[in-house]
Amino acid sequence: MSQTTKPSENLNIVIVGHVDHGKSTLLGRLYADTGSLPDGKLEKVQAICQQQGKEFEYAFLFDAFLEEQEQGITIDTARTFFMWKGRQYIIIDAPGHKEFLKNMISGAARAEAALLLIDALEGVKEQSKKHGYLLSLLGVRQFAVVVNKMDLVGYRQDVFDGIEKEYREFLGQFKAMPSQFIPVSAKLGDNIANRSKQMSWYSGPTVLETLSVFQKEAARSEQPLRLPVQDVYKFDARRIITGRITAGRLKVGDHLVFSPSNKRANIRTVEAFNIEPQPTEGQAGQSIGVTLDEQIFVERGEIASHQEQLPLVSTAFRANLFWLGKKPLEKGRKYLLRVATKEVDCEVATIHRIIDTMDLAQQQGSHTIGKNQVAELTLRTKIPVAFDLSASFETTGRFVLVDEYDIAGGGIITELVHDDQEFLREEARRRDFAWVKGEVTVEDRAQQYGHRAAVVLITGGRHTGKSFLARKLEGRLVADGRHAYLLDGENLRRGLDADLSEEERGQTTEMARRYGEVARLLTDTGLIVVSTTNPFGLAYREASQAIRTLVHPAPVIAVHMSKSEEEPPPNTDVVLSGPTDFNAATARVLDELKRRGVLAQAIGAKPIFQYSI
Amino acid sequence: MKHLRQLEDQSVYILREAYKHFDNLAMLWSMGKDSTVLLWLARKAFFGHVPFPLLHVDTSYKIPAMIEYRDRLAREWRLNLVVGQNKEALAAGMNHTMGRVVCCTALKTNGLKQLLENKGYTGVILGVRADEEGTRAKERYFSPRDKHGDWDFRDQPPELWDQYKTTFPPGTHIRIHPLLDWTEINIWEYIKLENIPFIDLYLDKGDGTRYRSLGCAPCTSPIKSTAKTVDDIIEELRHTTIAERSGRAQDEGRGMELLRKDGYM
Repeated sequence: MSQTTKPSENLNIVIVGHVDHGKSTLLGRLYADTGSLPDGKLEKVQAICQQQGKEFEYAFLFDAFLEEQEQGITIDTARTFFMWKGRQYIIIDAPGHKEFLKNMISGAARAEAALLLIDALEGVKEQSKKHGYLLSLLGVRQFAVVVNKMDLVGYRQDVFDGIEKEYREFLGQFKAMPSQFIPVSAKLGDNIANRSKQMSWYSGPTVLETLSVFQKEAARSEQPLRLPVQDVYKFDARRIITGRITAGRLKVGDHLVFSPSNKRANIRTVEAFNIEPQPTEGQAGQSIGVTLDEQIFVERGEIASHQEQLPLVSTAFRANLFWLGKKPLEKGRKYLLRVATKEVDCEVATIHRIIDTMDLAQQQGSHTIGKNQVAELTLRTKIPVAFDLSASFETTGRFVLVDEYDIAGGGIITELVHDDQEFLREEARRRDFAWVKGEVTVEDRAQQYGHRAAVVLITGGRHTGKSFLARKLEGRLVADGRHAYLLDGENLRRGLDADLSEEERGQTTEMARRYGEVARLLTDTGLIVVSTTNPFGLAYREASQAIRTLVHPAPVIAVHMSKSEEEPPPNTDVVLSGPTDFNAATARVLDELKRRGVLAQAIGAKPIFQYSI
Repeated sequence: MKHLRQLEDQSVYILREAYKHFDNLAMLWSMGKDSTVLLWLARKAFFGHVPFPLLHVDTSYKIPAMIEYRDRLAREWRLNLVVGQNKEALAAGMNHTMGRVVCCTALKTNGLKQLLENKGYTGVILGVRADEEGTRAKERYFSPRDKHGDWDFRDQPPELWDQYKTTFPPGTHIRIHPLLDWTEINIWEYIKLENIPFIDLYLDKGDGTRYRSLGCAPCTSPIKSTAKTVDDIIEELRHTTIAERSGRAQDEGRGMELLRKDGYM
């Protein structure tokens, strides 16, 4: 029996290939020939076959659903377990029918290595190519090609060589390199667990030997640190930041930077349950929890790293994507993007080309991507996101798109796309890293004041009542005992901006930068800053974007006022159009401040925001 | 041991994703070895706390020692235990002699559905493992159930890398399966590694038999075994070729496929 040695590691293997090329049969044979089937399993399936009056096939061992057995195809991926020479294999049998591509991808996405099957009689087919291409896109770099049904071609070497040559050429176009091509007959057991007597011309490894040569993935712990924040817990006295380290390693005392907020703190402890002595370090693959020496406000989706090797931050990136949605992916429509633990609204800015996986031909000028298609595109997010390029970091370099309720596509990030906030973001990053703090923390101020710092930014055209609302809101907040301050652009114009020439004052860039830096200072004092975009006239869209970048991560509550219906700037929280009832408008802004957690203090087991000490 | 930590890290990640995304979350606990390991993993994930209720669907036919064990751990680990029972079916005299699938559907599937409906849970964590039987081998980590609690195995949503399905239409719920990649041996190896208290029905107490899988008393039979310690069990499992659930009557024929399609665990 094969289970007699203690396992030292697990390895996930997926079996892929065109429909009917014999994936489930290979799996069944592998189990039968290594004595890995439970007693009675073979007999039970044989009895069912007899009852239904059909020939027994090894595939029936794992095609568990009645429908799968009746149609003779695999519908959904099955996980099976198999012990061989001290290693525990989880073998994922993926369906080959194009109808079930989403199930194949779900299976392959879990795998560390793959076996790709090609029928010797049928040769390289549509899904053979698609699966080969997708393995590469999914990051499965270790794989072997198994040429099955050699018995049907008289075990001829020239047939095998022809398939190997054709398929290697195809794979070479996207630089995929299989470790091995193996001629087999899964049905008859040639070169599965036992060496074939029919193919003496083949001296390479059997399928079983190939599995044992697959390596556990190269240690990601040698890479720079990436810890995407999964959640922040406050079940007891400890405030624990949790997540799975996707690359690198960390230890107590390390200085962590959280992107994109640029918050920083040192690791005080590594927390764990029922581990003695308490650990002091962690590495790639581990789900861990750490406490920090300073109570900074960080939230799910940020990526912790060391300061020397930060992730990228932008609102746009270029990517290769496969689409599985029932509805086509449309340019301009909103989707939810998930990169590691970050979730953010996004839209497709450009579809560069759709790739035909049969011949790798490219089609340009499309506005939609259909189900099961692969494409190159640029995505634009609503707010800045931290990520990496997939070539350097696997986990933080890939993403999925959610359409309505389902994950409908996935892909890998190939390129950062520069956006117009890049210079200001870099300025903010340098400024925040060098920021000198006193003894009083942001949390101390929040506790003392009973609210968080924030910017209320009122946008809109001329004479829409922005200034009036700003004054009224400041008055109301202070009357309620809040610490609020009206930052009026006029006060900067004659003072801080006095050195600017008339021409410079007419341009938005430098004016907005200075305004944003002043707002940043004021939020650091714990104030709720109330302001309007009046100093920027009609360039308020550009200015409000710059202010957001500079005060980040302090929340900006954007209020847009207009006399008639018009499209508000992106990320507007409160839209006030038509004649304004200023009391009602004030109340709406206060509600928004509460909803965003600025005016509320949620302390408890599951806070909406982690602002408690 | 390294492979156990790998499994643990993955399960803990899944549990934390579940806790983050579901406001009304619960975990099913049958007091068997699997769901007890699952409970232990929750204490790992949440640093000694279990921040959601534990549901036990009580068929009234469970072995009495299981109930004692349940109440003891609930006290010691300060668990929020919620017990559900299909009282209507029991009052009407439901038992296994009316047919195993009929009885399981009434007391377990429907008992669970009633409990979920009454409490409005939108996420339910279960300890099913892929190596137990064929349909469980095809499960997703996050697996949706429709308004009737049914499983549409023909059209499961994609599941990519560590990204799971956490959004769903109103009226439906998600079953969460953190133990899918664990085998029966892994469960026992982990019980040993972490020294997790388990129910002693799994051990031979001198009569040469023990339970390998626990269910209702009338439909679960002990196996011949002289395993008196966890080490003995692990050793025995390394050599056995008998299926784990061979003592479970509901697995005969196509029982499990029919049961699970209709929302059985």
